[in-house]
Amino acid sequence: MNIRGVAIDDTFAEAFAMAATAITITGPTRRWAMNAATSMTGFATSIIGCGCEAGIDRELRLSETPDRRPGVRVIILSMSPQELQKQLANRLGQCILTAPGSACFAGVGGSTRLKLGDAIRYFGDGWQISKRVGDGRHFWRVPVMDGEFLCEATTGLVSDAVGGGNLLLMGRSYQTTLRAAEAAIDAMRPVPDAIMPFPGGIVRSGTKIGGKYKGMLASTNDAFCPTVRGAVESALDPSIASVLEIVIDGLGEAAVAGAMRAGLKAIVRLGPNRGAVRVSAGNYGGGLGPFKFHLKELVA
Amino acid sequence: MKPVTFTLRREPDQRLDCAPLVPHRLAGLGAGEIARIPLNTTRQKVTAGDMFRIRAGDPTKIHFEGGSERLDNVAEGLTAGEIQFEGPVGKAAGRNMSGGRLTIAGNAGPFAGSGLSGGRLEIKGNAGELLGGPFPGEMQGVRGGLIIVRGSAGHRAADRMRRGIIVIEKEAGDYVASRMIAGTLIVLGATGQLPAYLMRRGTLFLAEPASLSPTFLPSGTFPFGFTRLFADHLRAESRAAARLLRGSFQRYAGDMAVLGKGEVLVAAS
Repeated sequence: MNIRGVAIDDTFAEAFAMAATAITITGPTRRWAMNAATSMTGFATSIIGCGCEAGIDRELRLSETPDRRPGVRVIILSMSPQELQKQLANRLGQCILTAPGSACFAGVGGSTRLKLGDAIRYFGDGWQISKRVGDGRHFWRVPVMDGEFLCEATTGLVSDAVGGGNLLLMGRSYQTTLRAAEAAIDAMRPVPDAIMPFPGGIVRSGTKIGGKYKGMLASTNDAFCPTVRGAVESALDPSIASVLEIVIDGLGEAAVAGAMRAGLKAIVRLGPNRGAVRVSAGNYGGGLGPFKFHLKELVA
Repeated sequence: MKPVTFTLRREPDQRLDCAPLVPHRLAGLGAGEIARIPLNTTRQKVTAGDMFRIRAGDPTKIHFEGGSERLDNVAEGLTAGEIQFEGPVGKAAGRNMSGGRLTIAGNAGPFAGSGLSGGRLEIKGNAGELLGGPFPGEMQGVRGGLIIVRGSAGHRAADRMRRGIIVIEKEAGDYVASRMIAGTLIVLGATGQLPAYLMRRGTLFLAEPASLSPTFLPSGTFPFGFTRLFADHLRAESRAAARLLRGSFQRYAGDMAVLGKGEVLVAAS
């Protein structure tokens, strides 16, 4: 399929079920809400080495945050609720609790709960205060050196989240490929309930499963590496100079599809001369992941 | 469907226990059957029909027309539904409520909302002593839910309160929040002697400065984040309380004579 000069491969992105949650982080100013959120979602690009994938979903208006302060919604995903709980507690304790003036609230509902304040309340060493607001929400007030850390006791677990939606962008030069990826990311960021966990949302080191060395779970996706073209079974024709990937995680299939659709639209709008000449997606033949995002359906 | 209506025929001669007149005990009964419900008093046998003109209706809504300070235990054990009372009530209105809504358009006697664990009790007039407090021998007063008093409250409001929210929009008497275990009490008017006396945990918000026990220690002035959550929650219930909670507070920790993990938050001027 070719749309306005951009080739769209007849393939699909294969994605997996993940456990996820969302939290709202607020601060005295936008700067400090963002500092806490950036720190909390740091080193969370890939489940392979980070234990979780996390990112900022969006900034919140003052009227959207429980304490009416500047806030950010963050999404965090892992392979199991147990690992997600561990990552959530560690990152809450080390990155949000520590940030000046921060507060933390549930960002998603649901009957199955993950510990938030309940996991770190003992930091208060006996001086923590429990508060229940009349509608059933439960909060902890933990004394800290700049005042109090206010944290909701629990947040909701999303057990049917989706991780691993992806787009592979190919361009005639490094610059045009990066420009296309940046345009796609800018279009994808506003899509709610979806995050792109890699640096700036873009990953240049796509992987294949396994490798020639013993113990390697993943290694470079040589079929899409332009410099080894000719030596390996390459997926790239001679006109491709560079490839970048965007990985998308979301709280549901619709969120991932929505983000991929927005990205594809932006890539097509940019066109082949200024951006990507071809778009593909990564999969494992369709036998591993329960979610398949067909590019042709997304651009239709 | 119209509510079940009880219209008081005359001022009762003696105290009258109105506890049986709650939705879950009226379900499925006609006006005649309701009229035969005995109401405890002294040795004299009295039925609901003797004291009230009764109009049948939807038993989940009950409307009392006319009140008396001798009508005790109104809405006792209310679990769901709505009771509106036009007039004053006696002691222990809404005692041990766990759900539903009770509105009293008049004054309430002592122990209103005693042992409340859920639901909403609104007193449009004044409340007597021991608002929400435990009966003698009981270890806990209010254990949840919401009590709003549009007027003032007598001595020892929220005694041994364990959980929930109480708002008193005018004055409170002596020893407000005495022996408080936890929960939140908001007083928008002046308070009497020794607020939060022997408080263990919990929060007492005061709109006006008070004469605290020396066993309460000042610990700074802050714009507490959690007060905004309460402000939003109470916005529809009490605008004045919500307005107070949007401000900053001078915090006093105490009562150090006991556990000392409670707090009195006085509005910062």
